[in-house]
Amino acid sequence: MFQTVASPETGALVSTFRDEYIQACRWMLLARTLDEKFASLYRAGKIHGGVFLGRGQEALSVSIGVTLRKGDVFAPLIRDLAGRLAFGEPVLDAVRTFLGSALGPMRGRDGNVHRGRPREGVLPMISHLGAMISVVNGMLFARRFKGVRDTAGVASIGDGATSTGSFHEAINQAAVEKLPLVLIVANNQYAYSTPASRQFACRNLVDKAIGYGIEGHTSDGTDLAACLKVVREAVNRARNGCGPQMVVARLLRLCGHGEHDDSSYVDPKLKQSPIGRDCLKVAEEQLLQQRWADASAIEAWRSEAARIVEEAVATVQREPAPDPYQEDWGALSSGHLLEAQHPPPL
Amino acid sequence: MSITYLEAIREAQARALAEDPRVFIYGQDVGAFGGAFKATKNLAKEFPGRVLDSTLSEDSMVGLAVGAAIEGLRPIVETQFADFSSVAFNQIINQAATLYWRTEVPCPITIRLPAGGTSGGGPFHSQNMEAIYAHYPGLVVMTPATVEDAYSMLLEAVAIDDPVIFCEHKYLYYHLKADKLPSEAMPVGKARLAREGRDLTIVAYSAMVHEALAVAEELATEGTELEVVDLRSVKPLDTDTIMASVARTGRLLCVGEAWPWGGVTAEVIARVASEGFGLLDAPPQRLNAKDTPVPYHPNLWAAHRPTARSIAAAARNLLRR
Repeated sequence: MFQTVASPETGALVSTFRDEYIQACRWMLLARTLDEKFASLYRAGKIHGGVFLGRGQEALSVSIGVTLRKGDVFAPLIRDLAGRLAFGEPVLDAVRTFLGSALGPMRGRDGNVHRGRPREGVLPMISHLGAMISVVNGMLFARRFKGVRDTAGVASIGDGATSTGSFHEAINQAAVEKLPLVLIVANNQYAYSTPASRQFACRNLVDKAIGYGIEGHTSDGTDLAACLKVVREAVNRARNGCGPQMVVARLLRLCGHGEHDDSSYVDPKLKQSPIGRDCLKVAEEQLLQQRWADASAIEAWRSEAARIVEEAVATVQREPAPDPYQEDWGALSSGHLLEAQHPPPL
Repeated sequence: MSITYLEAIREAQARALAEDPRVFIYGQDVGAFGGAFKATKNLAKEFPGRVLDSTLSEDSMVGLAVGAAIEGLRPIVETQFADFSSVAFNQIINQAATLYWRTEVPCPITIRLPAGGTSGGGPFHSQNMEAIYAHYPGLVVMTPATVEDAYSMLLEAVAIDDPVIFCEHKYLYYHLKADKLPSEAMPVGKARLAREGRDLTIVAYSAMVHEALAVAEELATEGTELEVVDLRSVKPLDTDTIMASVARTGRLLCVGEAWPWGGVTAEVIARVASEGFGLLDAPPQRLNAKDTPVPYHPNLWAAHRPTARSIAAAARNLLRR
């Protein structure tokens, strides 16, 4: 595939693809740098709640972010920092939410991977896996209802979520409604500690697409070029009226479930196998091989990423934390329907 | 001309669809078929593309409604039977109920729960779920007892910018009739004094209001005047109206068709006991369904839920204390 676009007849495509590839690599680098900073802040006890990293999944994730357009819908998974950044989420949104700044999009009410801006197309996940898919359906349904065309939505899930009822119910719903939904499944071999062999018994997860009457695609999740191509194809087909698409990418989670987890259960054979490759290293090697960048350029991007991350963290560390005395402690937008607290606070 | 509770629900939806292009109805069999109870009869024809059959999936029904609400629409979801809303529980309490608080994006969805027992309904077509949903922050829970309230509160539910659990009682669907639809209404959040009296307050909601009114009628012939408060919505709960009534009568009996553990009657009594203890001349009492699943056979069903007979007995006991 990589060789195909590099053929002389498609010169314009080469430059477009090269630019996209380079851009994607830079987002991956930024995401990896930011993730590592979060891990370090977590170890230093500076982060409340869990820290879940995208290490090893950046190629797949970033492909979503660079492929979707502004105005599309994205329901990220816990390992989608690369995709979020590429889709347009400000670094400050991420840092503010992890560090509990009152100025973040969740204002300290929810944390870390649960951040989002629904009106800007980034859904704030709840913890129940598979539950965001039908919400993406609803947004796409509403757009069609309002006569908005040329839109698409991605719901990102892992192999674990494919076992849930919500997954099944929402894909079937999207298929019946023929919505422009793209379901990206990162088959990273483990749901927390549960291996794929204890999660599903089908030959390949993508076979599930047949049962729902939707189109399925597979990708090597460690290969950025493959991910970019497959995700773009799927998103384009959804956008152009071909109905829901399912992409299953094989890869290995190169970290614990969260930073509290040493992942000692991961089979060493998987780490040595092709899916155990670090997608970021693979992408950098490709850049060098194709002569799309040299080592000093990559080093400069790395420094730039580190600078962005350090600046954001330094900024947010000076910001106020949420103040319980300033909270309105009301969960309704209709203020007149809020109950007085019983008994009244002392 | 007369109009039933069920017809009022249909008319309210027709009016909401006619007046607000953002409204659509989504649920199992609600389209051409008109719904299991015909609450959406002919609406699919009158409003093409806006009254849609869902797949048989309560979870994704509510999930889709939340997404549509984010995009500015105002969905009405019918769950066919309140009992089946358990399958959508996660989407209701974790997705819909938390959205505004987490993101400042409102979630204006109305979820209609055809609730409550009818003879022959059995364990899975008879449940009252209001207490479960009222327990969760971020939801409004309505329990209309009259034809007028069924109409006006459903319209208000659609207009409210928050998720509303609309518990419409199936027993009242056909039994309850009014001369005409109301032209004005009390706002949601205010309880209604269904009958004035000086001797004892019965707080009730939904179908139990009518059982309580029958008891008040019966006891009036014995010279006892019962006051009946219809809560209308259980969340918000109009504590002020309850407290004012208890201040007049000194005696409280709270009646609910739902199960006894926790729930609306427990909440009412907890509030009166903690904030209005001095108003009481006798210990506050409550009456609920028996603590078993709802039985199928009419003989058992009629004894499972509070009835005018069991409410009258409880009221007489309380009046003697």
